[in-house]
Amino acid sequence: MTQMNAMTPLEPSVSDPSVSIRSLDLSFGAVKVLQNLNLEVSRGEFLVLLGSSGCGKSTLLNCIAGLLELTGGQIHIGGQNVTWAEPSERGIGMVFQSYALYPQMTVEGNLSFGLKNKRMPKAEIAERVKRAAGILQIEPLLKRKPAALSGGQRQRVAIGRALVRDAEVYLFDEPLSNLDAKLRADLRVELKQLHQALGNTMIYVTHDQVEAMTLADRIAIMRGGKIMQLGAPHEIYHNPRSKYVAGFIGSPAMNFVEGRLEGGTFHCALGSLDMAGYAFDRPQDGPAWLGIRPEHVAPFDIAAHKPIQRQARIDLVDPLGSETLARVTVEGLSLWVKIDGETEVRAGQTMPVGFSPERVHLFDKDSEARL
Amino acid sequence: MADVYTTAPAKVEPMLQGPTGRKPRKALTRGNIMLYGTLIVVSLYYLLPLYVMIVTSLKGMPEIRVGNIFAPPLEITFDPWVKAWAEACTGLNCDGLSRGFWNSVRITVPSVVVSIAIASVNGYALANWRFKGANTFFTILIFGAFIPYQVMLYPLVILLREIGLYGSLTGLVIVHTIFGMPILTLLFRNYFSSLPEELFKAARVDGAGFWRIYFQIMLPMSLPIFVVAMILQVTGIWNDFLFGTVYTKPDSWPMTVQLNNIVNSTQGVKEYNVNMAATLLTGLVPLVIYFASGKLFVRGVAAGAVKG
Repeated sequence: MTQMNAMTPLEPSVSDPSVSIRSLDLSFGAVKVLQNLNLEVSRGEFLVLLGSSGCGKSTLLNCIAGLLELTGGQIHIGGQNVTWAEPSERGIGMVFQSYALYPQMTVEGNLSFGLKNKRMPKAEIAERVKRAAGILQIEPLLKRKPAALSGGQRQRVAIGRALVRDAEVYLFDEPLSNLDAKLRADLRVELKQLHQALGNTMIYVTHDQVEAMTLADRIAIMRGGKIMQLGAPHEIYHNPRSKYVAGFIGSPAMNFVEGRLEGGTFHCALGSLDMAGYAFDRPQDGPAWLGIRPEHVAPFDIAAHKPIQRQARIDLVDPLGSETLARVTVEGLSLWVKIDGETEVRAGQTMPVGFSPERVHLFDKDSEARL
Repeated sequence: MADVYTTAPAKVEPMLQGPTGRKPRKALTRGNIMLYGTLIVVSLYYLLPLYVMIVTSLKGMPEIRVGNIFAPPLEITFDPWVKAWAEACTGLNCDGLSRGFWNSVRITVPSVVVSIAIASVNGYALANWRFKGANTFFTILIFGAFIPYQVMLYPLVILLREIGLYGSLTGLVIVHTIFGMPILTLLFRNYFSSLPEELFKAARVDGAGFWRIYFQIMLPMSLPIFVVAMILQVTGIWNDFLFGTVYTKPDSWPMTVQLNNIVNSTQGVKEYNVNMAATLLTGLVPLVIYFASGKLFVRGVAAGAVKG
């Protein structure tokens, strides 16, 4: 797994927005897909729209591209109101999941199709195609038809078709989802380098949290047509604002324990846990969820240093090499624990586990908002 | 692959060696007899009438009167074919089927071209450009496919008379184009819907408009469905009898109507050999179309039916 952008200095200057979406509404008949959605993307930012299928992330991208007609609201790109502009007049380039290359045209034809439609002079088209092909290293493929290309090459051509447009914003709709795992990892790195080299604004839709964490300057986690949380990967991972975000990001998912918060003490199946050290946002007594990530449940001797300690029985072991995931039972509760790869553990074994209140996340039972 | 063999153990148990030599085939199993038996019987059932027609058309009348319809001709003669094509009388004209043939060509070619051209654009618009009222329009079209022709015959006669096209070839071409529209539009819409939607989106981002996407993106990918539409229309229009009788005058009768008049003439001797030759001549065009494009036809139907 690639390292997280933990140190990326963020909080973009929204004073210079490249894309700005204002109270956007979209409904298909009676179904409201997007409701009053606001989003500002600053120039040069890599924004990832992340969510499970049906959350409206691709719909939002299609709205930005102008491929769907809005029900209400405005979209501005590069300072221009493009709400009703044609997709080709918005200053965007788009890459699709299925590559969507024109099968009867050569790679060169695919790259130059949009430029020809703009009636650009031939010399300039040739130059732009050459430059894009150079950046993506697809020059040897220019005379081939898409059918004669591999999946990775096709996606490269699709990216090239967006690049030649010299757009203000590049839109990616799950561009790596059709590739196999190895190729996906390679192209992910290339995309990141491409972004660093070009410095364009990029909006990227995915359901893959690894892609989101590694590529994004900021991630927008979407659910039911709304943005649940918008922030840098580090922020999203370590400071989720809601139980949904907390459970969505991270693999294996965060462990949740149901209980009751009363005056700084969390009562649950694990007993009464003193939450001293937890950075409360807005403490509120009542039914609550306690969430803790598998890597924050410390096993064996590290557990001894933690304020909260329990005995756990190991039910299931998933050795991944670099680390081992263990499904354990603590006081009748099932939890995932991440153990380093060197320690050998077996199912049936018991071990001490521990964690500290600074590392947990508390959410209100009803609103699921962070406490 | 070579590695696989070299790593295999040198000595193998005879039982584990697997099959060697040719796979034994049993020709006369019960299943095969049933299968081929049924196929042969069914082929005979369909081929026998054709055989009788061909054989009869090559015989002279005296030989036909002998009455053995399955016997091959003792003396092959092409006179019935010549007569059917150039001399048989229908009504006042005695220039055979040739007149009807050229009429049919002049009806079929424009009808096929115009109906396919319009229906493919219709289908493309319905599949890709979800304009307001598209669903209502589509429902009406589908409904149109199920209305019996008889219901519309007389209203169309009045309509054509009012615009002064009744009895002309142009009028018949218009009728064929209209009646081909529902089913053809449905065919094209389903085909275009099966093409990846992202391709259409990509073309829009690339700044292509309605016609450019149609001609440069959609058309080059749609050869199979055009072949299917062409076969449907050519056979349908060529074989049409109803509209041909209702909307034309004797001068512009299509081949089918002429054939009917030759075969059903009640005066004089029934010239079976001429009738058979005339029928075969009339059926020749659809037959040739089927044989020439049979492969594409099957491929096209599947391409339109299966999504993906």
